Amino acid sequence: MRSRWSYVYFAFYLLLGIVLLFLNNDLSKAVITLMNVIIVLVPLIGTIFGVMYYYNSKEFTELLLAQPLKRSSIFLGQYLGVALSLSMSLILGLGIPFVFYGLFESSAIWDFSLLLITGTILTLIFTALAFNIALSNENKIKGFGYAILLWLFLAVIYDGLFLMTLILFEDYPLDKVSLIGTMLNPIDLSRTLILLKLDISALLGYTGAVFKQFFGTSFGLLVSFVMLTIWVVMPVLRIVFKSKKKDF
Amino acid sequence: MKHLLTLLVVVLITKPSIAQMVTVCKTCPISTLTDGIAQAKDFDTIVVKKGTYKEHNVIVDKPLTIIGEKYPVIDGELKGEIITIISDHVTVDGLFMINVGNSYTEDFAAIRVKNSKNFLIQNLVLEKLFFGIYIEKSRDGKVYHNKIIGEAVEEYNSGNGIQLWYSKNIEIEHNFVQHVRDGIYLEFSNACVIKNNVSALNVRYGLHFMFSNDDVYQDNTFENNGAGVAVMFSKRIKMFNNIFKENWGTASYGLLLKEINDAEIEGNIFEDNTIGINVEGTNRINYKHNIFKNNGWAIKVKGACYTNIFTENNFLYNSFDIAYNSKVNDNEFNKNYWSSYTGYDLDKNGIGDVPYRPVKLFSYIVNRTPETIILLRSMFIDIIDFSEKVSPVFTPDDLLDNNPQIKKLTW
Amino acid sequence: MVTIENLHKKFGKNQVLSGVDLEISEGGIFAVLGPNGSGKTTLIKSVLGMVIPDKGNITVLNENIKKNSEYRHKIDYLPQIANFPSNLRVKELVKMIKDLRKPTNEDERLIELFKLEPFLDKKLGNLSGGTKQKVNLVLTFMFDSPLIILDEPTTGLDPISLIRLKDLIKAEKAKGKTILITSHIMSFVEEISDEIVFILEGKIYFKGTIQKLKTKTNQPDFEHAIASILTDNHA
Repeated sequence: MRSRWSYVYFAFYLLLGIVLLFLNNDLSKAVITLMNVIIVLVPLIGTIFGVMYYYNSKEFTELLLAQPLKRSSIFLGQYLGVALSLSMSLILGLGIPFVFYGLFESSAIWDFSLLLITGTILTLIFTALAFNIALSNENKIKGFGYAILLWLFLAVIYDGLFLMTLILFEDYPLDKVSLIGTMLNPIDLSRTLILLKLDISALLGYTGAVFKQFFGTSFGLLVSFVMLTIWVVMPVLRIVFKSKKKDF
Repeated sequence: MKHLLTLLVVVLITKPSIAQMVTVCKTCPISTLTDGIAQAKDFDTIVVKKGTYKEHNVIVDKPLTIIGEKYPVIDGELKGEIITIISDHVTVDGLFMINVGNSYTEDFAAIRVKNSKNFLIQNLVLEKLFFGIYIEKSRDGKVYHNKIIGEAVEEYNSGNGIQLWYSKNIEIEHNFVQHVRDGIYLEFSNACVIKNNVSALNVRYGLHFMFSNDDVYQDNTFENNGAGVAVMFSKRIKMFNNIFKENWGTASYGLLLKEINDAEIEGNIFEDNTIGINVEGTNRINYKHNIFKNNGWAIKVKGACYTNIFTENNFLYNSFDIAYNSKVNDNEFNKNYWSSYTGYDLDKNGIGDVPYRPVKLFSYIVNRTPETIILLRSMFIDIIDFSEKVSPVFTPDDLLDNNPQIKKLTW
Repeated sequence: MVTIENLHKKFGKNQVLSGVDLEISEGGIFAVLGPNGSGKTTLIKSVLGMVIPDKGNITVLNENIKKNSEYRHKIDYLPQIANFPSNLRVKELVKMIKDLRKPTNEDERLIELFKLEPFLDKKLGNLSGGTKQKVNLVLTFMFDSPLIILDEPTTGLDPISLIRLKDLIKAEKAKGKTILITSHIMSFVEEISDEIVFILEGKIYFKGTIQKLKTKTNQPDFEHAIASILTDNHA
């Protein structure tokens, strides 16, 4: 699916990559800045684009619905169209400047690939969530509102509540609580994945046995990826389910 | 003193005709080291040929040079100490010593120097040991080019690689120590120089000072130890150009400073440690030209620390730059480079126009509730850190670097 | 051709269709009429499977349409308001729809008929409403399907195109096809349709020829007949 916006998005990442690398001249610092971009901006853009695309192409969707096509393939097609074009923009936009900078000779390549992988997964998740919201709300304004709210909740408010819970119950063993709390939010989950790379020294300083097991071994990486996959699959299944029931 | 010793060694090696040579080999008339020592006169040289010698409790009681040819093996058969030196002017060179006896009541060592002066211990390889080289109430000695490889797993039943006790003016250089309790341990030992050693994978510390003053350690590498270096209850220690790496774990650190005064810490690299430097009750310490990179906490300050000065250090990508557990600050941060500095430099003088606050609110929170570490780098945390930066409530408000550098420092 | 049994549909609290039974035989032009909000579009969309009924059965050409998409190969549908993706060119849209259904050369004749050649390379977002409707018509008529559903086909068309459309519909009828039309233009309906289906408050109020309707309502002409149904029911 061709969209002017995906070019804009691509250009934005390209610019970001160039600015980060050539003004900073420091790959490690660029990777840290990128992490912030990826866990905040990527979900936001995925959400907005998902909702926007859905509402904008509503009539076209109706045109397709009258064609001999399965509903699930129409909606999955649209979803994948948006999610993949956003992912491509992300990967190429950031990848090209980094490749030119000489990423392949750098030790940061693993950190960087991990960033791109989590970015892609977050795009898949948040586009799917956006489609879910749009499918359930005929009203455009409401749909947008809910979508932004969802992003705000997962990106900021959730962590605030999480932090308060941990501080309020600090007298209790909280290892498991904090790990489970992380698992339930895809943004936190991706953040943790990146932390495993960037801040492992600090994380290993913590005493809890559950923490140790999680961060000290590849177990954490595995569990995080499994959870992220579930986060992709669940909303996608709901798209299929919901679209079968919906009237146009 | 040092010169005299060097001269002595040169004389001993270049002019063997003065002294006699005693050869020990499996098929020679003298077939044990113990025998060789008994036969030798003062200032003789004993050459031990290649072979395996099952000996322990070998006492060197006269000034001798013992040289191994092609690394003869001295096997202690786990029966106790292998060589004990109780005379001045002894050189031990080129032996492969294994199977030191293990004991809970006595500190058996592969080689012990006791109440001696002007000794030289070099080119030894020590394996399967309890204590490695134990220097006791001795002075003016050298420990060069030894390789000590232990098999320590637990602290309580293992010994130290090189241990100094009530000793003075000892040079420890180019040694390689791993898998013991403390790589190098100094207790009540002053004016020692520890240089160019590699101490890695030890159960407790790479290097450990207790009640020792005026020592220098430089150009050493401490890697992957329980904790890198612990300097405790000591004065005027100089720490130059060492590398502290990958000391990971609960409360693990590159360097621990406890009750230390008047030290110099310069040109060191702290990389990938859970805590770069753990500071407890230290006064008048100068930190200069150090690099702190990718540590969990670059510096963690506990308790009362006064007049510590941090200038021209590079703080690069640490999860936390500085952690404080109190609101009081009497330490100075000046002209450092902080990779997480976000200010600007309008007058282009290379110094940021806004001061940098190295202590974050989040580091205070993590101190209180360790589990919150999982929220590191969350956007919510960035927001509360920012508000704390604008108006400090929980962190010392005078803890500032007024001249943060815009570019990474080079020296 | 199309059989609808006991069709119910509710949108929220709004009962749109309440027990529609309708049998449309093969061949001929059927006009679905009714006041605004009477459920015409909902009925058509139910046949197309775009609206999922709460209750009832629909079969098209002896195929139950529930959980089925293959039967739509036999339907050509002209949606009411055609808003196509605005960054797509006309040519690309036509090609895309052809890829989705089946190859045909009919489009060339239709493009010529509606004089659309100059617009082929234009983006759909830049076209006028009437031109878009013409593109819409091309997309609908280019496949030779036995059932054609037209929702307000006359919207935005100039008189010449309107005449061409009527000819087109008549030609399709002559091929023995079944055509379902909704329209507000009574003259158009009167001229073209064989039978009308009048929907009122979610039910079939009347089904039969225009002549029959006139007789039933005692009105001399078609427009008045329709008007009288509405006034009788709303008075």
